[in-house]
Amino acid sequence: MESNELNSPEYEIPPELKAQVAITSLDKIYNWGRSASVWPLMFGLACCAIEMICAAASRYDIARFGMEIMRPSPRQSDLMIVSGTVTKKMIPVIVRLYNQMPEPKYVLSMGACASGGGPFKEGYNVVSGVDKFIPVDVYVPGCPPTPQALLNGLMKVQEKIRGEPIKTARWYKKGPDLAEIPVPMLGPDLIDPRKITLIQNGDKN
Amino acid sequence: MSDMYGKGILKGLGVSLKRFAETYLDDLVWLGRRYNNDKGIAHRSSKEGRGIFTVQYPEEKIPVPEEFRFVPFLVYDEGANGEKTLRCTSCGICAKVCPPQCIWIVRSTDPATGRPIPDPAQFYIDADICMNCGLCAEFCPFDAIKMDHDYELASFKRSVYDEAGLSKSAGYYSAIRPVNAKREDAARAAKAASRTVRVE
Amino acid sequence: MNTPAPVQSLDLEARFPGAVHPDTRPGYSGWMVENAALLEFATALRDEFGYDYLSSVTAVDYLPDGKMEVVYQVYKTTGGSGVIFKVQVPRVDPIEVPSLVPLYPGAELQEREAWDLFGIKFTGHPDLRRIFMWEGFAGHPMRKDWQEPYFEEEGKPFKSRWPDGKLVMAESKNLYADNIAYPQGFNPASQIFEPEKALYDALRVYQKEEVGLDTDHIIINMGPQHPSTHGVFRVAVMLDGEKIINLKPVMGYLHRNHEKIGERNTYIMNMPYTDRLDYLASMSNNFGYALAVEKLMNVKPTERADYIRVLMAEMTRISNHLFLIGSLLNDLGAYFTPMLYALEERELILDIFEAVSGSRMMCNYFRFGGVARDLPEGVLQKIKDLFFERFPRKIEEIDRFLSENEIIRSRGIGQGVLTAEDAIKYSAAGPFLRASGIPYDVRRAEPYSIYDRFEFDVVVRSNGDIYDRLMVRFDEIRQSIRIIQQAVKGLPEGPIMALKPMYQVRVPPGEAYGRVEGPKGELGFYVISNGKPNPWRYHVRAPSFINLTAFGPMCVGQKVADLVGVLGSIDIVLGEVDR
Repeated sequence: MESNELNSPEYEIPPELKAQVAITSLDKIYNWGRSASVWPLMFGLACCAIEMICAAASRYDIARFGMEIMRPSPRQSDLMIVSGTVTKKMIPVIVRLYNQMPEPKYVLSMGACASGGGPFKEGYNVVSGVDKFIPVDVYVPGCPPTPQALLNGLMKVQEKIRGEPIKTARWYKKGPDLAEIPVPMLGPDLIDPRKITLIQNGDKN
Repeated sequence: MSDMYGKGILKGLGVSLKRFAETYLDDLVWLGRRYNNDKGIAHRSSKEGRGIFTVQYPEEKIPVPEEFRFVPFLVYDEGANGEKTLRCTSCGICAKVCPPQCIWIVRSTDPATGRPIPDPAQFYIDADICMNCGLCAEFCPFDAIKMDHDYELASFKRSVYDEAGLSKSAGYYSAIRPVNAKREDAARAAKAASRTVRVE
Repeated sequence: MNTPAPVQSLDLEARFPGAVHPDTRPGYSGWMVENAALLEFATALRDEFGYDYLSSVTAVDYLPDGKMEVVYQVYKTTGGSGVIFKVQVPRVDPIEVPSLVPLYPGAELQEREAWDLFGIKFTGHPDLRRIFMWEGFAGHPMRKDWQEPYFEEEGKPFKSRWPDGKLVMAESKNLYADNIAYPQGFNPASQIFEPEKALYDALRVYQKEEVGLDTDHIIINMGPQHPSTHGVFRVAVMLDGEKIINLKPVMGYLHRNHEKIGERNTYIMNMPYTDRLDYLASMSNNFGYALAVEKLMNVKPTERADYIRVLMAEMTRISNHLFLIGSLLNDLGAYFTPMLYALEERELILDIFEAVSGSRMMCNYFRFGGVARDLPEGVLQKIKDLFFERFPRKIEEIDRFLSENEIIRSRGIGQGVLTAEDAIKYSAAGPFLRASGIPYDVRRAEPYSIYDRFEFDVVVRSNGDIYDRLMVRFDEIRQSIRIIQQAVKGLPEGPIMALKPMYQVRVPPGEAYGRVEGPKGELGFYVISNGKPNPWRYHVRAPSFINLTAFGPMCVGQKVADLVGVLGSIDIVLGEVDR
């Protein structure tokens, strides 16, 4: 076929190619822009935060990835790096911050404590993993993960961003997918509002 | 001159300017061979390093020292036919000494007699609890569990490692920790030799 | 002062007949005081005997004896070993002990901690609220009969891990798939939860000066997520325009139950946990804990191990002060540039830690009787290179870069002043205390390890403002470089462990308090053993936590913009404040 026949408006594009031809290159450009300028939320909880600061310092330089703009305000950031132990007193704050971040947003759970409670899992004030409350995209194990391990994790986030087609993007849909996560309350122990019926029936089990 | 207001700021700016100049001077002195090779990386981390301090991961990786500890792994010896025997005898010392208790071991039992066999039936380590302290490797009497150097473990899921995921060969261990491996192999050979002498 | 004052034997029993007697339990020392005579005893100690510095207040639960005990440690600022005295009360609610806050205001936060974790009411305390847990939390967690929701066994190692250790995740054993437990019959829909009410009520108690127009006062919350609060720390401030009228620090956002976990661990298992206390200075924490347990075991480390310990402790001090210089300058507004300069040098020190112990930050290097591993090939040469050639030059460069800068001088000199008497009253420690003019350094006052062999000066500045606290740290770095140079020259050959390495450590019963001069202040570990493999009580005297007692009174009357600078200069790290 000649090229002017392909480009004429009467040419019928086969249906199985319809969704992919134009959107794929648009996806690539769209995702390239997003993945090369992820702005992390400046959110250091504990020891892992020091390794995050070292990753942002001159030896491991996350500015090479476009991430040196660490915004303290959640309204201006894309990626929440939960670095450190998540305690029950702190989790309402974390959930509130997550709700305030605009879409598209990602969460990277850095270190053993944020991934699964870490060495402090048995403590009475520790939430065993931030994924009990907010959805996590990438887990980076280690205690603490060295800055090179954190950079490896950030590259995985970029890989995930580059693989997301616009057609299935969560933030362009309407509906309950985007509901806010209800903020936990602090009573005699931590109360997750999503589990209220479970708590009310709790001691009958 | 000593009372000029702003002198302190100018001194500070002088330091910044000096470092700025040093950055490009160092590049010139090395004639472009300063990046993407081991000598350049070592120079940047040494006492004479001036200029750009950045080591550009992932193209350049700072080599980790021998003692570096990340997640543990189980060592197996490779036999003549390629069969893999784990050195672990499931004595349980690593599970007893682990501070956050992240090691779960089920010791095998002989199905015929019901007596324990020195081999693990199940061996799990929850890497999302492990604090990379190295006590398991330090107190293992059989050199069976050692600390790994691999830190590129980021994943999209939680990490609980089973026996298959944890096993790596003794050759790999000697490659990452040559000094320690030589010393331990010599100690084990000496112990085996003294045992055979006693038997005779 | 350069030499410690001579230890005098105090005859307190004769001075207070009937109310005071020595502690005669095997392995224990100090004095037991009757509850009713406590205030009189403490006043006499401070005024007549000269023990003006209250170092630590903590509580111990003796459930088998039915008693709760409160333990106090006091020192003289002229040096020497101090006096430890205890009060025992029956373990029946309400447990009441007179508060020492009118005498030693530095006891304020520590008594709140004892109320929060043990349930001991201190009568006469100005503001007795919970400090780590939130108001409304059920129970007092450090009591021996209180079990956490993921409780498995009283002491590690758990039998469920070997020989029949099937993988069971702790979440699967709990109804809510998380470590949460509610009291019987709890219905969340029936109550409104107000954990913050007590804080705001306490904040509204201050001197009202009604001059001129009738204005209203705003309450502002700084943190817990804030670009310059050094971690998850919150400050509730009551403002009149821009002037601070009242200030309450709120902590507990990183309370990781270090002490409760410490009671479940064995002695060797606690070593990696101490790394995570002051995570910028992990070798110092290891040092303090090793000293405390070695006192209990009556073991002395080998000579080479002592020299290596001093080397590591001083390198840790330099690395901590570098980080502080960077972050204080970040708080004062010089965004990230001084931080980058300081972190570059710190990375070289962390390379040495990684080569020696295996990890940049969580070193886990000290053991009881020595250190875990010997220095590998080439590390000693690297230390010599760095500390004889590079560091003295680089510190002068950073000093030249910063110390005459007019902006730092105008934001630092005269701001956030803490006078010398206030510093002693509020139990300030470390460079925070020495910047106010009190030359108290544990390495000189009560020398531990081999510090009495090295020549170094105790650094002191007299004004007690932000600028002096920054300059004290530069001077301390120079003194540390001096000590490292002497230690490297004098490093002997020999073994590095006095005992055989063993994972089950036998510790005779008794109590011990091991303290070191950490980079942030006096770091102490109070360990009580009853002969079992797990400690009975394990308490950390955290300098950052106690230095925060002075934070409130120091900031009243300042502008809110200086608050951040003052907080940065106190040098807190949340792992230690909240434990």
